[in-house]
Amino acid sequence: MATAPLSRSLLAHAARAVGALFVVLVLWHLLTAVFGIISPARFATPAEVGLALRQITVEGYSNGRLYEHVARSVLLVTMGFTVAASIGVLLGLAMGASRKVEAFVNPIFLVLRPIPPLAWIPLAIVWLGLGDAAKMMVIFFAAFVPSVINSYTGVRQIDKPIFEAAAMLDIRGWRYWREVLIPGALPSIFTGLRLSLQASWTTLVAAELVGAVAGLGTILNQAAQDIYPAMILVGMLSVALCGWLMTLGLGWIERRVMPWKAL
Amino acid sequence: MLQPPLEPARFWRLSAAGAASFLAIWTLAAVSGITSRDFLPTPWDVVERFGQLLTTPFAGYVLHQHLLSSLQRFAMGFVLAVCVGIPLGLLMAWFPWVDRIVSPAFETVRFIAPIAWVPFAALWFGTGIGGPVLIIFMGAFPPVLINTYRGAKQVDRKYIEASQMLGASAWRSMTEVLLPAAVPSIVAGLRISAGLGWQSLVGAELIVASSGVGYLMVKGQAAISTATVMCGMAAIGFIGLLIDVALRRAQMVIERRRGL
Repeated sequence: MATAPLSRSLLAHAARAVGALFVVLVLWHLLTAVFGIISPARFATPAEVGLALRQITVEGYSNGRLYEHVARSVLLVTMGFTVAASIGVLLGLAMGASRKVEAFVNPIFLVLRPIPPLAWIPLAIVWLGLGDAAKMMVIFFAAFVPSVINSYTGVRQIDKPIFEAAAMLDIRGWRYWREVLIPGALPSIFTGLRLSLQASWTTLVAAELVGAVAGLGTILNQAAQDIYPAMILVGMLSVALCGWLMTLGLGWIERRVMPWKAL
Repeated sequence: MLQPPLEPARFWRLSAAGAASFLAIWTLAAVSGITSRDFLPTPWDVVERFGQLLTTPFAGYVLHQHLLSSLQRFAMGFVLAVCVGIPLGLLMAWFPWVDRIVSPAFETVRFIAPIAWVPFAALWFGTGIGGPVLIIFMGAFPPVLINTYRGAKQVDRKYIEASQMLGASAWRSMTEVLLPAAVPSIVAGLRISAGLGWQSLVGAELIVASSGVGYLMVKGQAAISTATVMCGMAAIGFIGLLIDVALRRAQMVIERRRGL
């Protein structure tokens, strides 16, 4: 019973989305190709974007085909993010659980925290050049700070009675971390991970824009130099789409890890 | 059991130990001779370089002139985001048809990282003021719009009905009912948007600018002067912190007045 109206509303939703997309495409086509209100040197027509997309998937552009650029950027972000988030979450949990660790790490963290992720790019280039190592360093700092902060506040936000119950039941050591601290802090940890992932993606694209051999940012960079608006659009859309898909992926992991939150 | 807070003396001792060991490791790595001092300067090299940057021009200007031109761009982008975001948020909250038109476009554009606008920013507005301002705008705009919209949507129906019963026009309902009620949410959004705007500015200046702290860092990077790059990072972090503190103060004052 419940499925019929649901699928119908979904269908209506999809139909409206397709309709809106169609209207946007027609408007875009009219503004650029037919009436020329927007100059072709400044913005591409839909047909040009189609051609640019074909060019980059078939022949390649800026040292590689589209899937190669995508694979490289996504792989780098996944690796950097995983390393930074694992270390960051552990450190944040330790800072939340122990006042001594907090007091010790705090001054270093106070210095690192206000530095925007993008500001690490020049330092990474000076130290590590234009290769993957520099990208990893930049992603690391972008992803590290939000994961530490949110894991730390996650522990501190656990309700006091939970700690009291754990103390009463004499839960210590490994069990204390696995059954009290980590589950209690998980919602906040995932908030941090989402911020970390977004920050690392943005920062990687910026780092690739500044200088790299391959990756989505280099498409943007090359297209900007060639004054090729259609390819700029292809690059921007690929960046947005990959970022969106990765966020969706993290959301899927979040639901798997915290089934009790899905209700 | 969650540990009780440390007594202040112990806390400060540990904090001092943390800061000291950080500086000690850094200094040791710098003076050990593994790398050159240009590549990894000591902390006092950085402080010295900071003094130099304040007095002798680097990349065309002295440090505070770079900061000033960064702040000017930031202010323009931020003000533009506020001037577009707040009215649009109110309109979306009041007229459902505006919401239906703007929301899908906004949701699509929001997923594009502000930094990805760099090529178009350079193509459309050049590298002087316009290009960076567009990128700051793209970073600062979404939180203003979202928070204005949410704040205005949360207004108690009673007030809207009362104002309509008294014959208020759409304009007066928006400016005299929705806007004042949404202020706490808007200010919270401004804080987020200032932070994102400042971050995007740094990225913009790394790529499309010919002055500003980001540009200073790029030039420092080209000269392989780590100390200059670190000075730029410190300046950016410090100004960002100041902006955040100022907006947090404003937020607290407003929340106290509202009795929140």
